[in-house]
Amino acid sequence: MMRRLPALVLATLALGACTDRSPTDARAADAPPAPAVAASSPPPEGKRAFAPPPESAIPAGPYGDMVRLGREIFLHTRKNAPAYVGNGLACVNCHLDAGRLADSAPLWAAYGMYPKYRKKNDHVNSYGERLQGCFRYSMNGKAPPLEDKVILALETYSYWMAQGAPLGVALEGAGYPRVPEPGRAPDYARGQAVFQRDCALCHGADGQGQKVAGEYVFPPLWGPDSFNWGAGMHELDKAAAFIRANMPLSRGGSLSEQQAWDVAMFMDAHERPQDPRYTGDLAATRKAFHDTPMSLYGKRVNGRLLGAAPAR
Amino acid sequence: MPAGTTDAGCKVRLEWLCVLGGMLMASGWPALGNAASAQALASQGNGRGAPPCQSCHGTDGGGQAAAGFPRLAGLDAAYLARQLEDYAEGSRASAVMQPIARALSARERDAVAGYYAQLPVAAMPAAPKPAADGAGATLATRGRWSEQVPACEQCHGPGGVGVGAHFPPLAGQPAAYIESQLKAWQQGSRRNDPLELMQHLSRALSAEDIAAVAQWFAAQPLPAAKVGK
Ligand code: HEC
Ligand code: HEC
Ligand code: HEC
Ligand code: HEC
Repeated sequence: MMRRLPALVLATLALGACTDRSPTDARAADAPPAPAVAASSPPPEGKRAFAPPPESAIPAGPYGDMVRLGREIFLHTRKNAPAYVGNGLACVNCHLDAGRLADSAPLWAAYGMYPKYRKKNDHVNSYGERLQGCFRYSMNGKAPPLEDKVILALETYSYWMAQGAPLGVALEGAGYPRVPEPGRAPDYARGQAVFQRDCALCHGADGQGQKVAGEYVFPPLWGPDSFNWGAGMHELDKAAAFIRANMPLSRGGSLSEQQAWDVAMFMDAHERPQDPRYTGDLAATRKAFHDTPMSLYGKRVNGRLLGAAPAR
Repeated sequence: MPAGTTDAGCKVRLEWLCVLGGMLMASGWPALGNAASAQALASQGNGRGAPPCQSCHGTDGGGQAAAGFPRLAGLDAAYLARQLEDYAEGSRASAVMQPIARALSARERDAVAGYYAQLPVAAMPAAPKPAADGAGATLATRGRWSEQVPACEQCHGPGGVGVGAHFPPLAGQPAAYIESQLKAWQQGSRRNDPLELMQHLSRALSAEDIAAVAQWFAAQPLPAAKVGK
């Protein structure tokens, strides 16, 4: 472990997967100039349809075992990768149906888009680096070294799911579908009303989720066991997109666009664990990593300076 | 039986019971004075039309699997009280339970809910486990996301043990009861679920799905030590 530390620090310093892309960066990265493919087959929005193989098709043998291990890590992250997880979440909490569900940033649509240049850290990111970022921010943990079995297993699981998908082509159902900016600026009080009516049933009146026998059945939306201030979900546009498509659980698509933005704003105006890149100065950290209207980090909402008293 | 209500359970499986329920109502219950306690209510009725709960739900509150009477022991008190309210007010239709719930005062409903919630869950006889890769197990543990159906476990907890006041346990409930409720939601005769979660997702289920998933949950063990709040 000690031996690996320098590499780990290097690898994690520069990345921001699952995390911190600014809206401009996201646009630049997610909309590569679609080449001939889009021109020759123009389904909705020029994107290609793809369906991953059924789980029953995971083969026997060592390769299949690695696919299954990746799937287990994805579903029960804390149990199967305890060294790298610092909160109560699992990958599947934000990538539903074991990372298979369209419009829930499915793995089969992500895999073939890497390596990818990202303006944010100004280098080409491998898929492994992308996964590392998820651990560091969304899971509020530590990035597994690229050569760690955890990364290999998640890569293998993604690769298996993406078999037959075209390389470097934006697929239908990739990411979380953007929700157009609402007519009225997102509002805390309106978001709170949506939260109480449509979310508290499961995530709890205090947003801290609900547990059975010590394990979360309903994950926390903020507080010490949730994603940290560096995670992509803390940005309003990403949260609104995830929520509109996927929440309330089993009723995705039932909120209006305005409601999705309002409740995203309410959720992301609560304290959560500190951004691991925190420089010791809130304003400087905001400027360096959160200089976008989509982040409330370092902003004052309802009299509270967000990020000033991070949850732990 | 209130006119205009339909009761899926009655139609499908419990016809004789509706008759029995009707007879109990019609014969008039011997006056017992004010039910002194929730326990007396459960064992003797309230003398104002509510029969002894235990005649159907069992002396230990464990229900009766063969008849499809649900277990009440160890369920959340707030959940039970609200179900009684919903029967009384009509958003949950049942030819058997509606008249009973209407014969209870609000205080009696709360008291008897509290009584059943604190009863220990009796050990269940080991039931043969349905196939781990069958349709029931798949719905329960993986769902059917192509039709926006999450795994039942995602709301009802691992193995269907129940979560808090809003998500009742399914583990060890009679298969006939689970089936009748899923059909009641499909048909709209039970429509008291928050955010219409059950009404919505039950519509994606076929009769075969319902039978399979009901059997799967009925066979899940409920830790006997689990005592409700
Ligand atoms: C708190 C929610 C959350 C959790 C937990 C989470 N992610 Fe993510 N993930 C996101 C968000 C938000 C994005 C960015 C999606 C976008 O920009 O469209 C993302 C993006 C990704 C991507 C890239 C998707 C793409 O299309 O490029 C991958 C791969 C990924 N996550 C894997 C994981 C893995 C593996 C874990 C567990 C170790 C995990 N995520 C945990 C929210 C989460
Ligand atoms: C019926 C229960 C239910 C309701 C209602 C519900 N959620 Fe969720 N939510 C879940 C579950 C379960 C998950 C994890 C999904 C998984 O693992 O498959 C989740 C995951 C999430 C996540 C990602 C994980 C995390 O903890 O950050 C967010 C964000 C979220 N929900 C927000 C909301 C919002 C906002 C609402 C209200 C508009 C809402 N949810 C309503 C059950 C619910
Ligand atoms: C004649 C038999 C009978 C008697 C007596 C009876 N019940 Fe029931 N009970 C049932 C049946 C059948 C159901 C399922 C009805 C349905 O389909 O909704 C039920 C359902 C319930 C439920 C809903 C349980 C759940 O999991 O949602 C509650 C609560 C309940 N009964 C409480 C009582 C109480 C309290 C009494 C006594 C005052 C009582 N019952 C007396 C037959 C009976
Ligand atoms: C999105 C969350 C959610 C999912 C997923 C879910 N349920 Fe439910 N279920 C509920 C809620 C909430 C209730 C309580 C309704 C009420 O308060 O009356 C409930 C109640 C029930 C009941 C009635 C229990 C009783 O004691 O009366 C049955 C039976 C049931 N669900 C079966 C299932 C089955 C089978 C599945 C999977 C196919 C499933 N549920 C999936 C939310 C869910």
